[in-house]
Amino acid sequence: MEFLKNVRINIIGHRKLFYAISLTLVIISAIGLVLKGGPNFGVDFKGGLLLQIKTEPPAEIEKVRSVLGSAGYKAEVQTFGKRGEFILRFPSENTTAEAIKEVLETGLASTISIERTEMVGPSTGRDLTMQAITLVLISMLLMLVYIWFRFDLRFGAASVIALFHDAIIALGIYTMLGREFSVPIVAALLTLIGYSINDSIVVADRIREKLKNFGKAIPLGKIEEIFNSGVNETLSRTIITSLTTLIPLITILIFASGTTIFDFALILTIGIIVGTYSSIGIVASLVVDWYKRSTKREKA
Amino acid sequence: MRSVLYRGLVVIFALGISLWTLWPTFRFYTMTAEEKQNLSSEYLSKLKKRSLSLGLDLQGGMYMVLEVDKSKIPEDQAKGAEDRALEIIRNRIDQWGVAEPMIQKTEEGKIIVQLPGVLERQRAEELIGKTALLEFRLVADQQILEQTVRNVDETIQNLWKDDTSMVYLQDILVSYSGGLAVKESDVENFKKIIDLPEVQNILPQGYEFLLGKAETSEEGRIRPVYLVKKEPELTGANIKTANHTIFQGQDPAYAGSPIVELHFDKKGATRFAFITGSNIGKRLAIVLDGVVQSAPVIEERIPTGDAIIRGNFTIDEAKELAIVLRAGALPAPIHIVEERTIGASLGKDAVEKSLKAFVFGFILVIIFMIIYYKASGLVATLALILNLIFILAVMVALKATLTLPGMAGLILTVGMAVDANVLIFERIREELRAGKNPKMAVDAGFGRAMITIFDANLTTLIAALVLLRFGTGPIKGFGTVLTIGILSNFFTAIFVAKIVFDYFVGVKRAQKISI
Repeated sequence: MEFLKNVRINIIGHRKLFYAISLTLVIISAIGLVLKGGPNFGVDFKGGLLLQIKTEPPAEIEKVRSVLGSAGYKAEVQTFGKRGEFILRFPSENTTAEAIKEVLETGLASTISIERTEMVGPSTGRDLTMQAITLVLISMLLMLVYIWFRFDLRFGAASVIALFHDAIIALGIYTMLGREFSVPIVAALLTLIGYSINDSIVVADRIREKLKNFGKAIPLGKIEEIFNSGVNETLSRTIITSLTTLIPLITILIFASGTTIFDFALILTIGIIVGTYSSIGIVASLVVDWYKRSTKREKA
Repeated sequence: MRSVLYRGLVVIFALGISLWTLWPTFRFYTMTAEEKQNLSSEYLSKLKKRSLSLGLDLQGGMYMVLEVDKSKIPEDQAKGAEDRALEIIRNRIDQWGVAEPMIQKTEEGKIIVQLPGVLERQRAEELIGKTALLEFRLVADQQILEQTVRNVDETIQNLWKDDTSMVYLQDILVSYSGGLAVKESDVENFKKIIDLPEVQNILPQGYEFLLGKAETSEEGRIRPVYLVKKEPELTGANIKTANHTIFQGQDPAYAGSPIVELHFDKKGATRFAFITGSNIGKRLAIVLDGVVQSAPVIEERIPTGDAIIRGNFTIDEAKELAIVLRAGALPAPIHIVEERTIGASLGKDAVEKSLKAFVFGFILVIIFMIIYYKASGLVATLALILNLIFILAVMVALKATLTLPGMAGLILTVGMAVDANVLIFERIREELRAGKNPKMAVDAGFGRAMITIFDANLTTLIAALVLLRFGTGPIKGFGTVLTIGILSNFFTAIFVAKIVFDYFVGVKRAQKISI
């Protein structure tokens, strides 16, 4: 069995279209992020107290809200998992789980069991935000250097631009879906960066191989064609690989809802789809344009 | 032909070692509760030590990050305060009896405590967070206390003149069992008054006000007020042992209530004998972290070095106090800056769900590979299974912990491991299309794909190593799995798969490749 056999889609020729799509997606994601006031930082980053509780008999969410509200707590209440299970978020870490349990048990007339607590002091949260940003930037920089060393600066820069593109769109869609930004999401973004660069390198590698046949004198008129066949020849591999990675991620989305890896799988699913698209439609195109411009300037 | 044999032996050897490493893990996690009961606890703990350990997010438990507050201690004591605190905390946890606790210091000097299976948050917090500075201090006589209260009120009267909204000590103090006390609702006002610098100046030289534990009286909840010497006569540093027990004495107020028995070391006992001998008739306050637990009257010289602390404890409180006194006081107060607990059922739920996702994802990928690449898909499946075995074995060997993000990393590795196979197979297909014979196609396919696989995996490895190096907690767990996964992937996808292909096209001289 084989799909995408001997395909010849003129991808590089339509690169303006891909640029337009990408630009639109990036702008929408950026606007979404701005409108939402940045990623929806969780307790890990903002500091505060998170409780996951189970009420028995199951209580209604409005009731939980009103009981907490009338006791003077500023809490964000969200249903989670099965009926009667909630996640409560308190902006201040000075509240204790026991005090809240008591308030809820009296107010709801249900038994409350605390399934999970997370308390993070505000300074720890700030440390973590810095750590996350540093992690992402360090790895991008290291990758740029590696590709520069193994291929050339043009591929390195184009791949890193594509990485930013993937990360922003994934984060934007994820945030617009109202999901929370927690520590595992940083790990997911880093994986995404690693995964997405993987695709770009496979394409770059094939193009490098093709360019070798020409030695130093790369015919400018043929460059689009060479790049395009490189992208096309790796097309079936790129798509199959994404598919085999998406399969287990989607099984997580189906089976592991209500656990903390659901969000993790969600952002990876979005990211891998976007990353696959960008390594097909954007990376090689950017390099082609760069080649054309620099050669034009050299001639002039 | 021979090389196929040798390489095959390498793989079988690696597989053998891996399976041997994984055997305890398999045995431990598939055992029924009944079987576990029949085995000796020694054998079980040995088995568990050699098994893959699960993170707190999978088995339930408590995770805390503590910070030592060095702002109030002198510089020479601040140095190494974390190390001393860590030792004391370890001591306390050991005495509390937690199985396999993990206590470590981070590079920034914070202390991370992981308590698997512990869900009693409040008790753990009290046990670990208590400074436990125990002091024995002499109490000023009742007349001096009363005189001081009058002096304080005079001072603040001069200070506030006609401001009638302010309260005086005489308004908020009540008589309580021969001494003075303040109502719980007035504690804040009381502290405001005694903290005034003008008030501090007129207190008897070397004395300060301290409050006792909250008690219930006819006036409601009150806290006794003591005027005690600033300088302790004796501290908890001289305690040899401490135990909780039930009070056997005659005093009806305490009969049958939990107490803590202390026994001083030699130096402490001598000192204690001297203090009690020279202060008969006076009260000696037993102060824990700045709160007076009790202030008994010294009736006679105590030469034995034995003392008891009565303080309206519950059994648990007395037990905890005995533990912290035995383990010693922390060099400085500590703050809990981060705390996470996960209920055991939640962890079990997460394991079940992610296992289910894992099994289904695995099977679907295999089905896809076999449909798409036929017999070659089977080779990829073999590589994938070996990959999993190797990853888990390396994790056991490195004593790494499997966390929930680690599970996700494992699932992701399944998808990514296939990538190397896909690259190779697509190349072989291309070479076959170009008219090469099977042997040449296999060699060229592997050779060319290898460069790509190398470059592609190395960049992912960069991300994984960054996670491993700079990440903490769950992120690190994920980085571990990803790093091991990528390395093992090189081995299985390139080395192992090549052997199978070489066997069929080289040794068996197959004329067609099922790909």
